Amino acid sequence: MLRLTNVQKSFSEPDGSRLPILDIARFEVAAAEQMVLVGRSGCGKTTLLHIIAGISRPDSGSVEVNGLDITRLPEAGRDRFRAENMGYVFQTFNLLPGFSALENVVLGMSFARDRADVARAKALLDRVGLGHRLTHKPAMLSVGEQQRVAVARALANRPKLLLADEPTANVDARNQQQIIDLIRQTCGEEQVALVLVTHTPEVAQQFERVERLDEFNQAMAAA
Amino acid sequence: MSLWKIAWRFIQQRALASCLTAVSMAIGVTLVVTVLVAYSVVDRFFRHSAQGYDMIIGATKGGRLQLVLNTVYHLSQPVENLPYEYYKEFLNDEHHRGRFSSSVDVAVPLCLGDSYEQFRVVGTTPAMFEVWEPYQKYEFAQGRNFEHEHFFEGVIGSIVAHSTGLKVGDTFQPTHGIESEDGHKHDAFTVVGILQPTGTPNDRAIFINMEGFYLLRGHAKEEVAPGLVPGGPEADHDTDHEHEHDEPAMRAGTTDAHRHDEHGDHDHDHGANEAEHHHSHTPLPESQREVTAILVRTTGPIVAMELRRAINKGNEAQAVLPGVEINQLLESIVGNLRLLLLALAVLTVIVAGIGIMVSIYNSMSDRRRDIAVMRALGARRATVLNVILLESTLLSLGGGLGGWLLGHALIAAASPWVLAYTGFAMGAVSFTWQELVLLPALIVLATLVGYLPALDGYRTDVAKALTASP
Repeated sequence: MLRLTNVQKSFSEPDGSRLPILDIARFEVAAAEQMVLVGRSGCGKTTLLHIIAGISRPDSGSVEVNGLDITRLPEAGRDRFRAENMGYVFQTFNLLPGFSALENVVLGMSFARDRADVARAKALLDRVGLGHRLTHKPAMLSVGEQQRVAVARALANRPKLLLADEPTANVDARNQQQIIDLIRQTCGEEQVALVLVTHTPEVAQQFERVERLDEFNQAMAAA
Repeated sequence: MSLWKIAWRFIQQRALASCLTAVSMAIGVTLVVTVLVAYSVVDRFFRHSAQGYDMIIGATKGGRLQLVLNTVYHLSQPVENLPYEYYKEFLNDEHHRGRFSSSVDVAVPLCLGDSYEQFRVVGTTPAMFEVWEPYQKYEFAQGRNFEHEHFFEGVIGSIVAHSTGLKVGDTFQPTHGIESEDGHKHDAFTVVGILQPTGTPNDRAIFINMEGFYLLRGHAKEEVAPGLVPGGPEADHDTDHEHEHDEPAMRAGTTDAHRHDEHGDHDHDHGANEAEHHHSHTPLPESQREVTAILVRTTGPIVAMELRRAINKGNEAQAVLPGVEINQLLESIVGNLRLLLLALAVLTVIVAGIGIMVSIYNSMSDRRRDIAVMRALGARRATVLNVILLESTLLSLGGGLGGWLLGHALIAAASPWVLAYTGFAMGAVSFTWQELVLLPALIVLATLVGYLPALDGYRTDVAKALTASP
């Protein structure tokens, strides 16, 4: 479902030199597979997710999603592809403060080709236990509730791949488990592949497949 | 979710700044609308006022514009008079065929120089309210037109009636002179009719029977001795008397030898009974009569040009085309004033637009993460650009709509006051076609001022914004 081949990424240093961040010979995720990506801070986990999502472009290599190399798409094409095929859960929830819970979820559908499905948005919020808080703005929701809205938003467009970047980093232990359960259960029901980045061993140990980025990322190994 | 709704939510997110910028836009648009509508009303008022006649004949002394101002708009001071004989050149009856009469459909004389309170008193004939149709129709709200045989009858305009409280049957005494505090009071006239509002300066005028006007103290021209030109310097020199006449109708060869002397002293107030008493007066001989101006409707435009040329060739009188003079007045003075006011108002709108730009631009650093999230959810750069342009457009159009409504509300509120004090009938709802330009103009302005912040949003580095500390 997802295949990265010879992906390299580096950033410019202030002195003009290049700092290698990623050098991944091969990385694959099967359809509906749920896996965890761990690694020390700065090993390139978020950069890898950005490249998979098409937010950033690798210096070289290919990123194939369902056989389509998204690195060959123009930026607008990658944006559209992301809107229709991928969901993204951020560490800091990143709900838009001026929008209600329902509008935040509907926003996740607004950039795809199909019309936003408000009924599905409501159903998703109901599913994450927030059916009674549709019109609440993020500021009126607890931290755990905000992250549940973020999960609903990421799944709104029926993605084939969900990328979750430390989704439990800012929540307490009770909410952490609820969110992980919610993500795993929903991805399982909708046959969505999941790549979840975490620092938390309790979270990582719940997954059958756990990959350490700093082990298969040659850039970090060299460093 | 539509981009409009996303833009609207961003506006709501910073409600105070959005309100302030929209209000500043509203103020600018209010000014533009007010200037446009006020000018259109003034323009309509000026052009509508001289309906039914295409030429004004007056004395050669004084400018053309002054002649138009004091005959059509009851403004400025009348300068000089014409001999009654000259007026008769425009008439065609069984006794006399005037040399200009073949070119003339209608000729109505005006005698100016008196006032009542702040309003001008115009001596004329009953024809003033009968011959201008279909171009101008005079109707009476109350009473009737004055009659030729009843010398001391008068008709008042709607604003005069409203302002002075004069009713049909009431009497009033015109004051000698215009805006003169020491002018003596004339004999009383009886109000026999109140005109329906016409939206012209005549709403602010009092019309009295010219026959009565001639009989008022100081209005009869002195019989000219052989060798003297009527109204000439010699005649002026010979007409000193105890009155300080401040208007030419009185100055040109006038004496106190008016027709009322036989009834004794006229410095006392005259009552209604005395007005009735005047009906038995003998008309002033034509040799002692003058007119200040003649309103003429010619038989056609080409004839008008020929008649004008013929009159202006001589040195007895001047003929002016009110339409031309009004047009020049509007274009040279009023038009420039309008342009200046409009420029200031447009400048205010532009400043308000810059305010919108600054407001949105300043908010961009706070919204960088929101934009990055939208991008991560699949929004294209162009989508972000459009959302910010729509935000600018909504603020501009919202403020503009508010300003448009406010401008018209102000005009509607001021309309009765303006009508009462100036005679300009603005109407509660006055629109101009130029207002239609506001819509595309505001959209263009919104696009221009929104472009800089939109470009900033367009260039947002998504990866960097997402990884930055919130």
